[in-house]
Amino acid sequence: MRFSNLAELVALCGQEGKPIYEVMIDEHVHETGATRATVLQQMTESFDVMMKSVERGLTEDIRSFSGLTGGDAKRVYEYAQKGKTLLGKQATEAVAMALSTSEVNAAMGLVVATPTAGSCGILPGVLSSLKESLGATEEQLVLGMFTAAAVGFVVANNASISGAGGGCQAEVGSATAMAAAAAVELAGGSPEQAIQAAGLALKNVLGLVCDPVAGLVEIPCIIRNGFGSVLALAGADMALAGVRSVIPPDEVILAMYNIGKQMPVELRETALGGLADTPTGRKLEKQIYGDDTKEA
Amino acid sequence: MSSSFRHSFDIIGPIMIGPSSSHTAGAARIGRIARNLFGEQPDVAEILLYGSFAKTYRGHGTDVALVAGLLNFATHDPRITKSLQIAQDSGLQVSMKPGPPNADYHPNTVRILLSKGERKFDLLGVSIGGGAVEILEIDGFKVKMTGQYPTLVIPHADRFGVIAAVTTILSKHQLNISFMEVSRRGRGSEALMLISTDEQPPEEAVAEIHQLEAVKRVARIDPS
Ligand code: SF4
Repeated sequence: MRFSNLAELVALCGQEGKPIYEVMIDEHVHETGATRATVLQQMTESFDVMMKSVERGLTEDIRSFSGLTGGDAKRVYEYAQKGKTLLGKQATEAVAMALSTSEVNAAMGLVVATPTAGSCGILPGVLSSLKESLGATEEQLVLGMFTAAAVGFVVANNASISGAGGGCQAEVGSATAMAAAAAVELAGGSPEQAIQAAGLALKNVLGLVCDPVAGLVEIPCIIRNGFGSVLALAGADMALAGVRSVIPPDEVILAMYNIGKQMPVELRETALGGLADTPTGRKLEKQIYGDDTKEA
Repeated sequence: MSSSFRHSFDIIGPIMIGPSSSHTAGAARIGRIARNLFGEQPDVAEILLYGSFAKTYRGHGTDVALVAGLLNFATHDPRITKSLQIAQDSGLQVSMKPGPPNADYHPNTVRILLSKGERKFDLLGVSIGGGAVEILEIDGFKVKMTGQYPTLVIPHADRFGVIAAVTTILSKHQLNISFMEVSRRGRGSEALMLISTDEQPPEEAVAEIHQLEAVKRVARIDPS
């Protein structure tokens, strides 16, 4: 890759007069020797799986692995169809579709990790809502996935995309930043605006801990995906309006990395702290596994 | 900057059975690499989990995924959800428990001990996030392998000329070596060679390497 941070990525886009997704596709072609058509084809396959998981959660009765979650996506979607929502129909639908994918994931269904499975709802939620709000075609949405990938690539290599490594800011946070950047480019914004959106959105999830109840990727994961989709859209809207992150996006990523390192292990995917360690969290844990939750 | 994540599909992907890319998909990949290095389905698998893996393996489906990997299932194989039953039915005996706490280990670490009859095998793997993995030990040899490139893993006797013989075969098949690592237990004893290539090595190349006298076995790990 000819870039290792977002500033270099934007500079590259400027030199070549290309959006982020085109640079990312070029890099892939260069790096792997695959043809452009193959690369697009491979991304389209992921897109199809994503859209199927969105669809499944809205049409089937999904029950999670533990039986604790499922059905919220449908609930929110049906609510949005009634027309009167506070966020507006499209943002509410984005929530529904993000929840939907995450519910399918929790039920051990087929999903695409974007960048992780715990955070797999946000990108599909945002992309499906852009289908409506922008009238974006499938081809365009697939291109947007490369924008998301470019941001995720920088975050993954400079910070972390793992809850065990950096808390939920590294999963839901990274996914939110990725989706925000994709939304900006799909709406016709510049590469600079795209990374500003990523920086703005990421700032709002800094410090988010990973505290899954009973160690399941359900509570709070699914709901956080719903919120992440709205946050991504809000970040994109702010950046498109010209708002800039005073702390440069690369430095926000650095802050995320450092915060992750400062996080105690209880709050990094060990189900020892936070929501997992609430009276109800513990009760549910016992309910699912019985009493033998102690370590050997 | 580390470069464990190389391109778009390390970020968008894998296509996988939920619920966790690190704890399910990554775990399945580590299990599958162990299986392919072992070369056949083991009779017994003893699995030790560390850090977050030890705390959340049931909720995150890590147990199911590791066993699915040992059965040679890919991350998107729907049979993953039934792997424990399938293992039992096919005579693979699995035990799983937290290992002794080790502060040096990454939070998502697993040790897999496999055996079949007299044959024993041991691997230490880490799931670093988003489904990406690193193998850190193979049969006690320290290595660093990601499984992102086609890789040949070759246990061999530490003798003069073995490495050259192997690379000659690869160059004859016009395979470009992108990474190579040799680790050994001591002078003249056992050694382990890891060779990653840009292209998939054909069966003939693998067979030719296998025929070298000093070579004990050749395992080919394909990206998955
Ligand atoms: S709380 Fe933890 S397991 Fe759940 S989505 Fe966030 S990082 Fe992943």
